[in-house]
Amino acid sequence: MTQAQPIVVQRWNVLSIAAVTSLVALLVVLAFGPSYLGPNLTDRLTTLFIYVILAAMWNALAGYAGLVSVGQQAFFGLGAYAAIRLSHAGLNVYLALVLAPLLVGAASFPLSALALRLRGGEFAIGMWVFAELAHLLVNLDGLVQGETGTSLIALSALAPDVRRACNYWIALALMAVLVGLVFVLLRTRTGAAIQAIRDDEDAAASVGVRVFATKRLIFVLAAAGCAAAGSLTLSTLITFQPKTYFSVQWTAYMIFMTLVGGLGTFEGPIIGAVIFFAIETIFGGSGVWYLVGLGATALLFSLFLPRGIWGTLTDRFGIHLMPVGYRLRFRSGGPR
Amino acid sequence: MANELAQGVLLGCYYALIACGLSFMFGVLRIINLAHGSIAVLAAYVVWVIAEHWNVSPFLALGAVVPVMTAAGWLLQRTVLERSLRSGALTPLLSTFGLAIVIDNLLFSKFGADTRSMAPNIGDLAFASWNLPGGVTIGQLALLTAVVAVTLLGGLQLFLARTPLGRAIRATAEDPDTAELVGIDSRKVYAAATAISMVTVAIAGTFLALRATFDPYAGSTQLIFAFEAIVIGGTGSLWGTLIGGIALGVAQNLGSQINPQGFLITGHLVFFAVLAARFFIAGRSPRSMVRALLRTSP
Repeated sequence: MTQAQPIVVQRWNVLSIAAVTSLVALLVVLAFGPSYLGPNLTDRLTTLFIYVILAAMWNALAGYAGLVSVGQQAFFGLGAYAAIRLSHAGLNVYLALVLAPLLVGAASFPLSALALRLRGGEFAIGMWVFAELAHLLVNLDGLVQGETGTSLIALSALAPDVRRACNYWIALALMAVLVGLVFVLLRTRTGAAIQAIRDDEDAAASVGVRVFATKRLIFVLAAAGCAAAGSLTLSTLITFQPKTYFSVQWTAYMIFMTLVGGLGTFEGPIIGAVIFFAIETIFGGSGVWYLVGLGATALLFSLFLPRGIWGTLTDRFGIHLMPVGYRLRFRSGGPR
Repeated sequence: MANELAQGVLLGCYYALIACGLSFMFGVLRIINLAHGSIAVLAAYVVWVIAEHWNVSPFLALGAVVPVMTAAGWLLQRTVLERSLRSGALTPLLSTFGLAIVIDNLLFSKFGADTRSMAPNIGDLAFASWNLPGGVTIGQLALLTAVVAVTLLGGLQLFLARTPLGRAIRATAEDPDTAELVGIDSRKVYAAATAISMVTVAIAGTFLALRATFDPYAGSTQLIFAFEAIVIGGTGSLWGTLIGGIALGVAQNLGSQINPQGFLITGHLVFFAVLAARFFIAGRSPRSMVRALLRTSP
């Protein structure tokens, strides 16, 4: 069997090499951000990084594992709370901000045994109930003092410039790590399993995909990722009022970004986060009508453009910037 | 204690009332309408506006709102649910969540953050009660709510069991394609089911406004209570929803005796305990349950 196979599996092409290279270059340029961006823009970009994390995590959950959760604010709030607790226990404040998501991720492991047995809408509201319960229990903590809340005192001791730059770098690093993790996960064998589950759970199970273990991996990753977004938000706001962090609004933002960008695509949520960031910058001040607009847009996208902007573009033109899939190509000279 | 139990049962009947439409739609269309609570609050506002503006009884206003909600339910099915069901089982969750955000914030823009109540519109009924032996107090409005809940759930059950439309709904719920083969128009059946569900939502919303206060963002709490009642009682059964609602109400009332925060916490804990029992207990020892929590496949 020396004859070459007529079909080759292609993972990279010129476009995807160019896309990944420019993305890495962009990250390097961004890494020097605080030195040339100015204080206001540095803060805004930190927020954008948090949005990208949220969108990527919700997309991993809903777009790949088929788990629509309306309760991701639970992990967002718990991430911030864990950071408060760790810092209060005497840990270095930035170490606390980074360790908190890991703790929340570990805590989500036993929860997944219960949550992942729920189907469709039951999972969606079941997670919401969990978020409500987590909120109420955090309120009971004497340190938090109910809805009065507390603040990350250790952080306000730092000079504003230092704090701003540190927040920016940590947000950038966590975004790169988390989005990178999703990328690596999708490229490995697990990625094939994840995409098989997304397309048809029962069929995937029948060809030997470990559906439960794969879903659990994504569930824990999304929990840790949302917790990271929560602890990063705490680093920018400093104050911790449970109501702000455990608000279902955060999940609404995640759904908006993912739906508009493209559910179940790798690039979509990142694009969705940038769009959401732009909309918020322009219309965020218009209060309740801004929220009506967000809800209406999510409703219209789910009805008329369920694959989102990026998903529709890839369907139509076959562009794949990030090499997360497999493509088959006939070798020239092979059978036609 | 006896009084706490009685109040819990009466509160639970309200939960069954708010859960009725959600349970019915989940049974027939297999979707959870995340805008359920928001639509109940919307109906409460409409009834309140009519009752205030024309100075009529809320029950009369509800009578006027019922046909409107029937039409709204039909419209909801045709414009939102049908289209989103076509693009997968998860899309209705996304579209109804978007709808809930739109309704909540439109209500906020129109009525502001003030909490409202229709208790002042029904005179004595809002606070009159009977004292029973053993320190048990039964509020007249609470009892009326319970009677309406039981009547509605029983009526729906009878309707599903005995009428031609009820049979068509059950057949479509089982298997829409086969139902089509025997001449049932599943689109019509779904639209009828959604319309019926919206009528129960209007009734539930009115009772929410009569027995307590409401505000534009009250919908999510109502949705969560309704959902908990359904899950505790066992999905897919209307009488189960009544039992689930009562279990939730009793748990909340007993929990509030332990701690002021205990009302909501106990309700949520009972919800998760029932879920855990459903998944893990069936014929298992506590040790294997712990193992089941930590292992990697179901």
